[in-house]
Amino acid sequence: MGSPDFSRPWVTGSPDHQNIAMISRFIKTWLLPELIRGLSVTGGYFFKKKFTVQYPDEKTPKSPRFRGLHALRRYPNGEERCIACKLCEAVCPALAITIESEERDDGTRRTTRYDIDLFKCIYCGYCEEACPVDSIVLTDIHEYHFETGASGTISKQDLLQIGDTHEPAIARARQADSPYR
Amino acid sequence: MVELVVYVWDSLPLVLQLGLKIGAIILPLLAAVAYYTLAERKVIAYMHVRIGPNRVGPRGLLQPIADAVKLMFKEMIIPTNADRYLFVIAPVLALAPALGAWAVIPFTDTLVLADIDASLLYVLALTSMGVYGVVIAGWASNSKYAFLGAMRSAAQIVAYEIAMGFALVGVLMAAGSLNLREIVLAQSGGIHQWYFLPLFPLFIVYLISGVAETNRSPFDVAEGESEIVAGFHVDYSGMGFAVFFLAEYANMILISALTVIMFLGGWQAPLPFAPFTWIPAIGWFFIKLAGVAFLFLWFRATFPRYRYDQIMRLGWKVFIPVTLVWIVVIGVARFFTPVGYWFA
Repeated sequence: MGSPDFSRPWVTGSPDHQNIAMISRFIKTWLLPELIRGLSVTGGYFFKKKFTVQYPDEKTPKSPRFRGLHALRRYPNGEERCIACKLCEAVCPALAITIESEERDDGTRRTTRYDIDLFKCIYCGYCEEACPVDSIVLTDIHEYHFETGASGTISKQDLLQIGDTHEPAIARARQADSPYR
Repeated sequence: MVELVVYVWDSLPLVLQLGLKIGAIILPLLAAVAYYTLAERKVIAYMHVRIGPNRVGPRGLLQPIADAVKLMFKEMIIPTNADRYLFVIAPVLALAPALGAWAVIPFTDTLVLADIDASLLYVLALTSMGVYGVVIAGWASNSKYAFLGAMRSAAQIVAYEIAMGFALVGVLMAAGSLNLREIVLAQSGGIHQWYFLPLFPLFIVYLISGVAETNRSPFDVAEGESEIVAGFHVDYSGMGFAVFFLAEYANMILISALTVIMFLGGWQAPLPFAPFTWIPAIGWFFIKLAGVAFLFLWFRATFPRYRYDQIMRLGWKVFIPVTLVWIVVIGVARFFTPVGYWFA
């Protein structure tokens, strides 16, 4: 609501026209049309369908490319895929991966230690892209936490465990994304 | 059975009778205040295309109880450099007038705790007292933000008090009475007799001043979260904060009730015949009350906060002259024009 200032030097035209402009301005000042228009906007939204996703009960769909918690995969015969080439360790921009390896009894090279510091990890997915045997992958798990605050490191055992329990979902996501790789 | 109840009631001492009557007003009022806070969160959420609180109880209906319990168990911290006594007494000073004014509110023609002749004056006097709670809270906190909030709020409430008072002078002239019950009775006869039509500018001024008076958005510079954190009650926690909260919402409901009584025909049905008279008088009162109370929330969801100097300009340079002019218009229209009956 402006102060009632009736001088309108920019209003041109006949005196009749000016009078009408003055009267309409007076009406606009007192019936508050702008405010009512604002109220009608919010009033309209009052009855609109709500967008809220009630998170723990409802979830939005995730892309097959979603980059969440890591996992180490196995071949269908149960053999772990990782051959300790350390390409992931080398490509990791956050230096979050630590690998130690030695020769196994059957003469193949395997990791003895495969630690990912999730506090350092930036979830860029380069490790997955670097891996020649599709061993390290990022799953779509995004709800997880650590109960000890000191360390955010996840070990080889944990990673293989995640891979074992989520293998169907991991395979499905890779399958869905394969035409675009 | 009825005789027994009447007999027991009459045999009670007067003090106890009054206490029960006061309780019958205050307790539902406090419940209404609690659920008004929930209504606010829900209404604003709906206007934001959200759904608002819905976790505590069915559809979030127990949320105010959870809030109240939480605030009761919180520690009430008194800052080291605060004035202890004033700090504790300020929330009470803010709440008491908002509750006390209900003594004279006529819910229906017969249902009023104290039907005193000068009830309009009593209401004006009590609502003016509310500013002391705010000013004392800001002063006692000994904090610059609280003090700034209190100063802003004091200036604003005092400015709009005048416009509000003049708007009510118009009602008083038209009704020819200071008694709220008689003011409502003067509006009987249908919706065209309610004062919001003949006194339209005063109705607008009163409604907007009411929003400003209760420090509600868009006039909530006293709180001004973005500038001075929470204004006058920034140092309050626990029950102290809860009481300020109660006071704000109790004031909003009070202003809504006063608007209904002064301008919207109180407990009277819009038209005095069949389908409208099916709803009892007290029902109409509460329907109108809820409508005006909803308007407060609607305003909050719609308008951005006024700049401080704009608030002052609106109060002093627009509303006060407008009310003064319309008082003259009422006087002239009532005695010198053929539509004078409309203004009476």
